[in-house]
Amino acid sequence: MGMIDTRTISWRFVKVWKRNLVTFQKIWKINFITPLLEPLLFVLAFGLGFAGLVANVRYGGAELSYTAFLAPALIATAVMNNAFFETTYASFVRMYYQKTFDGMLATPLSIEEIIIAEIVWSASKAAAAAAIMLGVLSAFGYVQYPSGLLVVPLAFLGGIAFGAVGLFFTGVIPTIEMFNLPIFLFVTPMFLFSGTFFPISNLPLWAKPLALAFPLYHLVELSRLACLRRYETVPLLSIVYLAVFAVLFSALALVFMRRRLVK
Amino acid sequence: MQPIIEVQHLFKRFQNVTAVDGISFTVGQGEFFGLLGPNGAGKTTTIRMLYGFSPPSRGIIRVFGMEISHDWRKIKARIGVCQQDNTLDPDLTVEQNLKVFAGYFSVPSREARTRANELLEFFALSNRRNAKVMDLSGGMIRRLILARSLINRPELLILDEPTTGLDPQSRHQVWDRLEKLKASGLSVVLTTHNMEEASHLCDRLVIVDHGKILVEGSPAELILKHAGRSVIEVGGPDQALRDYLKTHQVPHDDLGQRIILYTPDGHELSSAVRENFCHEQCTFRNGTLEDVFLRLTGRELRE
Repeated sequence: MGMIDTRTISWRFVKVWKRNLVTFQKIWKINFITPLLEPLLFVLAFGLGFAGLVANVRYGGAELSYTAFLAPALIATAVMNNAFFETTYASFVRMYYQKTFDGMLATPLSIEEIIIAEIVWSASKAAAAAAIMLGVLSAFGYVQYPSGLLVVPLAFLGGIAFGAVGLFFTGVIPTIEMFNLPIFLFVTPMFLFSGTFFPISNLPLWAKPLALAFPLYHLVELSRLACLRRYETVPLLSIVYLAVFAVLFSALALVFMRRRLVK
Repeated sequence: MQPIIEVQHLFKRFQNVTAVDGISFTVGQGEFFGLLGPNGAGKTTTIRMLYGFSPPSRGIIRVFGMEISHDWRKIKARIGVCQQDNTLDPDLTVEQNLKVFAGYFSVPSREARTRANELLEFFALSNRRNAKVMDLSGGMIRRLILARSLINRPELLILDEPTTGLDPQSRHQVWDRLEKLKASGLSVVLTTHNMEEASHLCDRLVIVDHGKILVEGSPAELILKHAGRSVIEVGGPDQALRDYLKTHQVPHDDLGQRIILYTPDGHELSSAVRENFCHEQCTFRNGTLEDVFLRLTGRELRE
């Protein structure tokens, strides 16, 4: 109990990943509408309505228009939402209501492979959404190339981190309604205070470490680095933070999901 | 010959409940083996340990001569499991369900397509291959789960209550297919509380209750031993009958409005009952597995 048996992990997890891809393809048109329209709506709302209220934003030693400042953060929050909602609600439905994992456990797949596949899948979905958003935002000229292409692998890294923490919650939460709790206490504050809508240099001194602890802050930072070549925090620190966060919560997800599934 | 399954002193505890309390049995090559018992007797728990879904608290399980705790992946590759719950993918079509599942067993996709076609044909689902699982009837869902459990061409099939909740037509269709599979030499483990199903299909069975095996044998042996060849049900029994049974020490169950007599070597008793005690209604019939089951596990409600 408590230990992760690495012998149970093999490349077979790709089969479970493929299963999710097959179901995703069934409704791919709907799946792609959100990442396509979301940035448009935000750019429209902030570019037309909100930008008149705020002057340019000072970030990383440069003056940026508000929408240019916001655009990379939109990608980062979409990554968070895609990955986190995939391994919370969607994984919970597969686990609890559809008993998909029970079916898989009657095959040569291990629990560990199923869990890893869920996390990797959520990251893949997040990276796909990021790629689409990148295309839309490029059309407005908010992305510099070629560095902007880094957004996709960074989205995958961020997706692993948010997918893993989501699956950890799936492993511990008793009922699906209770996902409201981590969303209210974890996702929403992150969405608001991760340097998404304003630079964290605007925050009072005591609040800054809080923002630095948010994984979304680091993904927003990296996304701005890729799109705008500007940053506030050393990029390597952000990458290391996201990687450590991803590994830690993947391990916790493995432990708690195993505890939940093995009876 | 080496048995397909060897279970020795198997225990499973959940917090304070002992679900499986030291059971041992073996299943031979090509055998259709039944695991019978009332709800909560430990059937499903036992079966889940058999296919490596839950780890035993204590005891040894060997399948194909390998230990499940160690060689679970090799074992699972060679067995098919038809779980009690509907674990089909509701987002996928009938055919996709089979193909995706074949992938879990690393069956190459062309081979998977061939097998899926065969199985859809065998289970009379070919014309629904593109239907969504959500649109299928209960009987079709069951047949699809069965089809899916055969996609890896298993040497052992594990069935957990395969016909529960089905109408008689669907049930008979499933039985028909299971008989064909049995004839092809497949080894099968079946749990059920449908006694007709068990006597119809099983070569040998055990009846479990409270996590323990009560009896073991072929359906015919068990009926002969625990119910008798013939059974008489007497409706509206009077005191005279009760006294008669007592003095002649006839094995029976007194249900108040009805007495069931188990008559090992019937004739004298049958005629005595027929002549003297059949005031309302008497049924003379053969002993069944249901009689055995109720005699051994009692008539009080479970759960």
